[in-house]
Amino acid sequence: MKEHATLDTLRPGQRALVLSLEGAGALRRRLRDLGLIENTPVECLGVSPLGDPAAYGIRGAVIALRREDSRRIRVRVI
Amino acid sequence: MGLTKSSTGRRAGADLRELKRQSGRQKIVALAGNPNVGKSTVFNCLTDLHQHTGNWPGKTVTNAQGLCKSGTWDYLMVDVPGAYSLLAHSAEEEVARDFLCFGGADAVLLVCDATCLERNMNLVLQTMEVSRRVLVCVNLLDEARRKGMRLDLELLSRRLGVPVLGLVAREKGSRRRLLAAMDALFAAPARTGDCPVRYPAPIEEAAARLLPLAEEAAGGLLEPRWLCLRLLEGDEALLARIDRFLGDSPAREALFRAAEAQRQALSEAGLDRDALEDRFTAALIGAGEALCRGVVRCEQAGYSHRDRQIDRVLTGRLLGYPLMLLLLALIFYITIAGANRPSELLMALLFRAQGLLEALLRHLGAPPWLTGLLAEGAWRVLAWVTAVMLPPMAIFFPLFTLLEDSGYLPRIAYNLDRPFQRCAACGKQALTMAMGFGCNAAGVVGCRIIDSERERLLAILTNSFVPCNGRFPTLITMLGLFFIGGAAGGLSAVLSALLLTGLIVLGVAATFAATRLLSATVLKGTPSAFLLEMPPYRRPQILQVLVRSVLDRTLFVLGRAAAVAAPAGALLWLAANLRIGGESLLSLAAGALDPLGRFMGLDGVLLLAFLLGFPANEIVLPIAIMIYTAQGSLTELGELSQLKALLLQNGWTWVTALCVMLFSLLHWPCSTTLLTIHKETGSWKWTALAALLPTAAGFVLCALTAQGARLLGG
Repeated sequence: MKEHATLDTLRPGQRALVLSLEGAGALRRRLRDLGLIENTPVECLGVSPLGDPAAYGIRGAVIALRREDSRRIRVRVI
Repeated sequence: MGLTKSSTGRRAGADLRELKRQSGRQKIVALAGNPNVGKSTVFNCLTDLHQHTGNWPGKTVTNAQGLCKSGTWDYLMVDVPGAYSLLAHSAEEEVARDFLCFGGADAVLLVCDATCLERNMNLVLQTMEVSRRVLVCVNLLDEARRKGMRLDLELLSRRLGVPVLGLVAREKGSRRRLLAAMDALFAAPARTGDCPVRYPAPIEEAAARLLPLAEEAAGGLLEPRWLCLRLLEGDEALLARIDRFLGDSPAREALFRAAEAQRQALSEAGLDRDALEDRFTAALIGAGEALCRGVVRCEQAGYSHRDRQIDRVLTGRLLGYPLMLLLLALIFYITIAGANRPSELLMALLFRAQGLLEALLRHLGAPPWLTGLLAEGAWRVLAWVTAVMLPPMAIFFPLFTLLEDSGYLPRIAYNLDRPFQRCAACGKQALTMAMGFGCNAAGVVGCRIIDSERERLLAILTNSFVPCNGRFPTLITMLGLFFIGGAAGGLSAVLSALLLTGLIVLGVAATFAATRLLSATVLKGTPSAFLLEMPPYRRPQILQVLVRSVLDRTLFVLGRAAAVAAPAGALLWLAANLRIGGESLLSLAAGALDPLGRFMGLDGVLLLAFLLGFPANEIVLPIAIMIYTAQGSLTELGELSQLKALLLQNGWTWVTALCVMLFSLLHWPCSTTLLTIHKETGSWKWTALAALLPTAAGFVLCALTAQGARLLGG
C-alpha cells in the first residue's frame, strides 16, 4: 500500500493520520465538527454488509462514512 | 419512534417565544450537548417528564420543556436537540443554536459523554462563548469506567473555569446532585473571564476592534465577543438571524458596517470565509485537546472490544441482513403469541360489558336510539379498538424500546445505507422508517435528522409506506383469520410473524421503490455527504423500559385512538341508522363505492371504511364491521371466529383479506400524519403527493392482485 492514500482504501484494523480534506461544503464542516482535521488519527473499524459505508474510529467515536465521501480525505497510513 | 406526550403532544416543538419566566423564582436552564450523550435522561431525571429516550443520535428534534424545583429556584429546563457545534449545519442544530444564542436562558447545563470527552469540548467551548453561566455535566461515567478510562474532572473544572459535575444520570441520587450543582451555579457570581479559546492573531485583533461597537449594539442581550467573532466569520444565515434579533438601531448598523470592513481586510490578508472557518475549528479542537490532556487517562481505545465483536456479527457481510430480518420476525412473534389470549379475553369481557351497558341504559329509561348510539355505536368501536390494540402494543412497544435503547437502530441505518444511497437518499431514512413503525407522524417529524432538504423530503414523502401501530392490528387480524386458520396454536403465531415480516419487507421494498421514483423525477439530485454516528451498545434498563413504554407510549397511543374511536363510533351508528328511502346513509355510500371497491378486490363497505378511517387507521376494521352488522343479521360479536363468519357472510375470500392487508399497508396517511407533513414541508403540494403516492401504489397493487386472482379462478 502507498504511504499516501485516501481514507476509503483503509482496510478494517488499519490506522492512519489525516493529511487534508479535499473539497468543501457540508461534509468538510461536519467532519470538522467531529474533530476530524489535519493530523487527526483515524482507524477503519469495519465495513457494512454491502461493502459501503464503512465505520471509522474518530476521536473516540464510531462514525460511518460513505466511500464517496471518505475518498475525499487524504491520509497517511501508520 | 419518539412517541410520547412530550414528542407528539402539545409540548412538542415548544415555541421559544412562549418561554416566559412565570415568577421571580424561575430560572430558565437550557440543556444542551452532543447527540446521544443522555440529555433526555438528564431531562427526565430532573423533570419527571418522561421525554422519550433512545440510544441513537437525533432522537430529540425539537425543544421540550419541563419544570423542576430545588427549593431555592424553580428551574424551567429546556431540552434542546443534540448538536456537535453551534456553527449550525442542520435543521435540528439550528434549533439548538437559536435557543442557546438567542433564547435568553439564564444558564446552560451541558451534558457531555465521558467516553469521548475531547470531542464534546468543541460544543462546551462554543457554549462558553455565548453564556456566562455554564455547568458541565460529564455523563456516562459508568461506561467510561468500563472502558478503563479515568477522568480528572477537578482538573477539567479548573482549566475551564466552570463547575464540572460527574454523573451517571440513570442512577438514583442524580437528581439531587444536579439540583445542588445548579443551585451552586446560581449562588456564585457569573463568570467574568473570557472563554479559554484564543484564535489566531489577525482574528483576535479584528475582533478587538469591533468589540466596543458590539458591546453597544448587543445591549446586554448577546455576548459581545461571540457577536464579533460570528460577524467576522460572516455566515449569511446567522447574520440575518442576528440582524432580526437586534432589530434596527444606529449601533447595530455601525457594527455591521465595521464588521464588513474587517471581513474585507481579513479576506485580503488571505483569510476568506473557508479559511476562517478552518481557523476557528482548528483553534477550538486544539483547545479541546489541550484541555483534556491529563484529564482523560485511557487504558484502551475508544471502541471497545465487546462492541467490535457485536458489530462484526450484527453488521457482518453474511449475517447482517438475515439477523435484521430474524430480529424483526422475533419481535412480531413475541407480540402475536403473547397478545393472542389477552386479546380474546379482553374482547369477550368488553363485549359482555356492552350488554350490561345496554341494560343499564334501558333501566335508566333511555330511549332506544340513545342506547343504540352509546352501546352499539360508541362503546362497541371503543371496545374493539381496545381489545385489538392494547395487548399487542403493550408487548410491541417495550420490545422496540429495548432495541432502541441497546443501540441497534443506528446499525440498521448502517446496514441499509447502501440501498438508500442507490436511491440517492440518506441512510438515516432507515431510522425515520423505524420511527414510522410506532407512528408515521412521529416518523415525519423525525426526518429533521436528515440534513439535506431534498433527502429529508424523500424520507417524509415515503414514511407512510411502512405500517404504523394503528395498522398492525388490521394486518394481524387478517393474517389470523384467513391465512393461518388451520395451523395449531404455537405454529400459528410463528406463521403469523413470518407473514407479517413478509408484509413489512414488502412495505420497505415499496419505500425503496417510491424513494427511487421520487429521486428520479420530482426530487432529482445527487446524494449529499452522509455521516452517521454509531453509539456504543448499552444494556437497556429493562424495568424502566417496561414502565415507560407501557405507561407513556401504549396508553398515550391507545388514548389517542380511543378519543377518535368513541365519537366516530357514535357518528357511524347514526349514519348506519339514519335512513333515506329505506336505506341507511352508510349503505348508500357503500353502494356508490362498491364498483370501485370490487375492482380492487375490496368492496364498497371496505373502501368506505378506509375513507372514514382517515382520522385514525385503528378504526378502519371496526367501521367495516359496524356497517356489515348494521346490514346483516349478526349482532353479537364476542369472538374472532364469529368475526370470520360475519366476513364470509359478506362475500369475503382470502383475496379480499389479502387486498385489505395490501391497501392497509399502502394508502393515504392518516389526518394527523398529513397535517404533520404539511407543517414540516410547509407545502400542500408535497402533502398531496405524500397522500397520492401510497394510494396509487396500493390501488395498483390491489387491482393487480384482485384481477390476477380472478384470472386464476381464485
